[in-house]
Amino acid sequence: MEKMSRVSTALGGGALTGRTMHCHLDAPANAISVCRDAAQVVVAGRSIFKIYAIEDEQFVEKLNLRVGRKPSLNLSCADVVWHQMDENLLATAATNGVVVTWNLGRPSRNKQDQLFTEHKRTVNKVCFHPTEAHVLLSGSQDGFMKCFDLRRKDSVSTFSGQSESVRDVQFSIRDYFTFASTFENGNVQLWDIRRPDRCERMFTAHNGPVFCCDWHPEDRGWLATGGRDKMVKVWDMTTHRAKEVHCVQTIASVARVKWRPECRHHLATCSMMVDHNIYVWDVRRPFVPAAMFEEHRDVTTGIAWRHPHDPSFLLSGSKDSTLCQHLFRDASQPVERANPEGLCYGLFGDLAFAAKESLVATESGRKPYAGDRRHPIFFKRKLDPSEPFVGLASSALSVFEIEPGSGSMSWFVDTAERYALAGRPLAELCDHNAKVARELGRNQVAQTWTMLRIIYCSPGLASATNLNHSVGKGSSCGLPLMNSFNLKDMAPGLGSETRLDRSKGDTRSDTVLLDSSATLLTNEDNEETEGSDVPADYLLGDVEGEEDELYLLEPEHAHAEEPEYVLPQEAFPLRHEIVDTPPGPEHLQDKADSPHVSGSEADAASMVPVDSSFSLISVSHALYDSRLPPDFFSALVCDMLRFYAEQGDVQMAVSVLIVLGERVRKDIDEQTQEHWYTSYIDLLQRFCLWNVSNQVVKLSTSRAISCLNQASTTLHVNCSHCKRPMSSRGWVCDRCHRCASMCAVCHHVVKGLFVWCQGCSHGGHLQHIMKWLEGSSHCPAGCGHLCEYS
Amino acid sequence: MAEGDSEVRWDGLCSRDPSTRETALESIRQTVLRKTEDLRWGREAPLRPPDGLSPPAASLDGLNRLLAHLLMLSKRCPFKDVREKSEFILKSVQELGIRIPRPLGHGPSRFIPEKEILQVGSEDAQMHSLFADSFAALGRLDNITLVMVFHPQYLESFLKTQHYLLQMDGPLPLHFRHYIGIMAAARHQCSYLVNLHVNDFLHVGGDPKWLNGLENAPQKLQNLGELNKVLAHRPWLITKEHIEGLLKAEEHSWSLAELVHAVVLLTHYHSLASFTFGCGISPEIHCDGGHTFRPPSVSNYCICDITNGNHSMDEMQVNSAGNVSVSDSFFEVEALMEKMRQLQECRDEEEASQEEMASRFEIEKRESMFVFSSDDEEVTPARDVSRHFEDTSYGYKDFSRHGMHVPTFRVQDYCWEDHGYSLVNRLYPDVGQLIDEKFHIAYNLTYNTMAMHKDVDTSMLRRAIWNYIHCMFGIRYDDYDYGEINQLLDRSFKVYIKTVVCTPEKVTKRMYDSFWRQFKHSEKVHVNLLLIEARMQAELLYALRAITRYMT
Repeated sequence: MEKMSRVSTALGGGALTGRTMHCHLDAPANAISVCRDAAQVVVAGRSIFKIYAIEDEQFVEKLNLRVGRKPSLNLSCADVVWHQMDENLLATAATNGVVVTWNLGRPSRNKQDQLFTEHKRTVNKVCFHPTEAHVLLSGSQDGFMKCFDLRRKDSVSTFSGQSESVRDVQFSIRDYFTFASTFENGNVQLWDIRRPDRCERMFTAHNGPVFCCDWHPEDRGWLATGGRDKMVKVWDMTTHRAKEVHCVQTIASVARVKWRPECRHHLATCSMMVDHNIYVWDVRRPFVPAAMFEEHRDVTTGIAWRHPHDPSFLLSGSKDSTLCQHLFRDASQPVERANPEGLCYGLFGDLAFAAKESLVATESGRKPYAGDRRHPIFFKRKLDPSEPFVGLASSALSVFEIEPGSGSMSWFVDTAERYALAGRPLAELCDHNAKVARELGRNQVAQTWTMLRIIYCSPGLASATNLNHSVGKGSSCGLPLMNSFNLKDMAPGLGSETRLDRSKGDTRSDTVLLDSSATLLTNEDNEETEGSDVPADYLLGDVEGEEDELYLLEPEHAHAEEPEYVLPQEAFPLRHEIVDTPPGPEHLQDKADSPHVSGSEADAASMVPVDSSFSLISVSHALYDSRLPPDFFSALVCDMLRFYAEQGDVQMAVSVLIVLGERVRKDIDEQTQEHWYTSYIDLLQRFCLWNVSNQVVKLSTSRAISCLNQASTTLHVNCSHCKRPMSSRGWVCDRCHRCASMCAVCHHVVKGLFVWCQGCSHGGHLQHIMKWLEGSSHCPAGCGHLCEYS
Repeated sequence: MAEGDSEVRWDGLCSRDPSTRETALESIRQTVLRKTEDLRWGREAPLRPPDGLSPPAASLDGLNRLLAHLLMLSKRCPFKDVREKSEFILKSVQELGIRIPRPLGHGPSRFIPEKEILQVGSEDAQMHSLFADSFAALGRLDNITLVMVFHPQYLESFLKTQHYLLQMDGPLPLHFRHYIGIMAAARHQCSYLVNLHVNDFLHVGGDPKWLNGLENAPQKLQNLGELNKVLAHRPWLITKEHIEGLLKAEEHSWSLAELVHAVVLLTHYHSLASFTFGCGISPEIHCDGGHTFRPPSVSNYCICDITNGNHSMDEMQVNSAGNVSVSDSFFEVEALMEKMRQLQECRDEEEASQEEMASRFEIEKRESMFVFSSDDEEVTPARDVSRHFEDTSYGYKDFSRHGMHVPTFRVQDYCWEDHGYSLVNRLYPDVGQLIDEKFHIAYNLTYNTMAMHKDVDTSMLRRAIWNYIHCMFGIRYDDYDYGEINQLLDRSFKVYIKTVVCTPEKVTKRMYDSFWRQFKHSEKVHVNLLLIEARMQAELLYALRAITRYMT
């Protein structure tokens, strides 16, 4: 009741005044209609039929049209309409199929004028002609529309909707003869009142019943329709085909739709179920209603603008037995409460987002590591609350900029390209990767690789197992682990990091002081761990010199040869480790048989290079037999992987996962692994590292990942003669019965790899062409082209 | 049942790829033969002792279940190769000296002679694809499908809906869905549906303990029991308090979406139970009571065969009875058509007063209470179906007879198209659409024939049936003259409708035969479709209205 604001609008002669108010009816309303003078409203329902005068402060009951003691179904109204030309004329549609007209000018108490009982089923809608005094139109559930002349006892004409129930009929405001009708099957029809035999035009407007329609008061061709499919559509009927010009998606089925006077793009809607509010939409902004009236407690059944030229008063009747006048000015405007929200990346990796201020505030408090130096990408937050969103609820706009320099992801690309993931003994892989990391200045990662090598296959450890009666050595393997646990306990959250830092410190032989609390321990431990670390360091130094050029070659090899030799493998599911060795590094293996391995005959890796088709499995099995149970370390390694992944370096996690294979896989749950793999592959693909990503997919052991390679690998081919798609087989065209791809050398059909020159488009079997090109560079087809193959 | 399934994989047979089916069949054949061999070796004792004594009963039991399933496949699989191969396997087993089952009963329905029903294998392309769909989804062609295929257009929509309700996305877990189906069917003691869904329930990993009775199921499902009971027998008593009780039960509460799913399932199975009894659906061949291992012999009639009137002699009697009254029933049709014509013509002239219209509805509503069949022959409840529900005494109670005043439900205030649909679709997307289609097809289905007459507009008759059923539930259409019902539906027909809709377990073949004697079986099935859809809609309307009231 605090909404006492009063509005008066000057309209031509009179002025409308009023406020937001409501009055209680005795029964639920089904429909309302306003008198021409905008001072009276009629409310009709199953057991109510009254006229109220709209006064400044309240509704005043003026007339009860339900007279007589006996309740009659003729008075159970589904719809009511007040003639816009004649203040005394009303029409109602009854649920039992009767159309009744009422003349308020009658002197008796019973104002009932005429009774038309022509419809067999419920009449859903009645509509007076906007300018003609005596013409009434009705639409019924029985599928017929009837036009009545009030001077006659029965209908003038009947329009058949082909036994589809009619939900709404509306005379066009501008075109004298036209009316629109909507149907339960989703169709809308346009009729000419003079031609009852067939409709002028029909189109499907909605999926499911179209409950309502309304012609635009000014725009001649615009018709708004609302349906059960929760949509309001605006159609332009002036064109040859009805064209949908606007579409508003609401949250519930649309029961009524009414254009707002004097506002070209506004319309009001109410719903039949679930949602009790009335919305006014600007059809150009179909997502957020321009205004919302929330007075009703049950579904709104009827809405009407009070005056055809006043946009500020809306009347509504509802199932909750109230009649309301809404003032547009008192409406709640959802836009005011809607925060602009968004998230976007800038060209150079800047990130901006807008969100509710309160959310941003708490969020920023929760992110202490924004300045964390270990982060691959640094964000600096610049709060910019003064961003102009005029008239809207304000949001905070935050922009995160990449710190210059750190934004470059070249280390990622380099690492991805140069890492070796498979095809060599574990020790070499680790060494190689460590070297790559070190060259890129990522010492921590490099040390991790070194550690891994030591843990899983260093000769030092191998000899340790040989001498495992020596207590001192045995404990040296165990101690680093204990140590890290200790640290973890002392500085929770930092545990994994300190551990890694520590390992860094160890090999550098510094006496690093990590934490005042950890000092004591680290000092002690350093001595012992160094004992095991030194050999590794030595080995690394040893390997570096020799393997440098070998391994640097490797990526190029993979590059050059993969398209030719590795491609066919993609067609097979790779469920197991690595069944086939990429032939690239094969010939290097004699040399790659590095000295440190040969030194310890106990290490299974030393036997490997002889076997041309070795796999990681065989290595790991061999290692298993001769060594301490690696389970001992696996918890540690898994922790480390998780640490990397959480830090955002999923590359490391996945690389280690692949390199270590069976050794750690079982300790990390399947889902996490899959998650890592997908993230890494996604990253790789963003950097266009297709080859690497493909290799990762191939090497992955997770079912879901290795399937990625098999998806959408179908190649559709067209016949080169008739240009039609070849459906059944790839090499014979069904239509012209010719073989499509002949080898220019042997003149047989190519069923496997077909290679062709892009200059003359002649080609053939890969081997044949290769052989041919050894002898001649002209096209084997004899076209005289100097073929070029890349 | 579960163990038989675990040994043999039937799902390969559902494939549309012939070679996959071939492989699956071959492996089944080998399993069967191996088991048969095992059995024979076990039996290779002195002489073959009489059945049931010798080999480990369990393995025989397992084999028999396999054979029963094969028998079902040989008769009911839409794929010809599977049918033939199954039969071949059965034959080869028989040659090994094992007794093989034979189907019991007479086709999918006890009421409809088998020869009237479409034989699997002779269907046209459209029906075949329907069958194949159904078979692929469920691994069987049930008898309901075989009877409904009289009306393929409806069947398609029916299967689609059922498939969606049971197998596609939805708020409830799969085993809940089947269990709710069991609960609903058990309300009407429909052992046929209960058996089917007990199998499915176990197949999707349901806990067998639940099957010992509702009290063994989770509290959440137990809470649903009350709604099930009221919905099945007196849907007009559902209030928003029922809904509130379900939605606000702390840790056992239902979400709105789950509740709508459950309500749709309940109503679906209540009405499907009506169909099962209304058309006298026989037990499935591979389920208990669908086959026998006894050799056919003249003196060996199954008791149930006789009681169900499926005895050939019985049939003769019925036929002769039919012959006696053939002229009568001929006139029945003629009279009905004449009445329809009259109603059509004189509608405009004779104008009933408002009060009379209102009272006609009341009369019809009241009378519908008394049209119960006089013969109260109690059908013995099938095996332990009763354990799935409590409170057996709670049945259909006529509201006026018991002095309760129930306000009439005005369909103009809450109807399916405008209100129910929106609510269902909002809470359980797509299902509203599917059910809507199903209602639409059922209501509008017509071939413009009546018995031997062609080109008849039957809309008036269909509407009378539909509205009569809604009238029994207190649902009133303002725009309908309930006098028409009295004119068009004779007493025996009303008895049948009333029984099928309200107490389906009491339907007998005599009732089925005694109405519309000249009409074809397909038309009687059509009537049944109208009955079940109208019933489902009525129940849904009450339940959804309560939910709507709860929400506002």
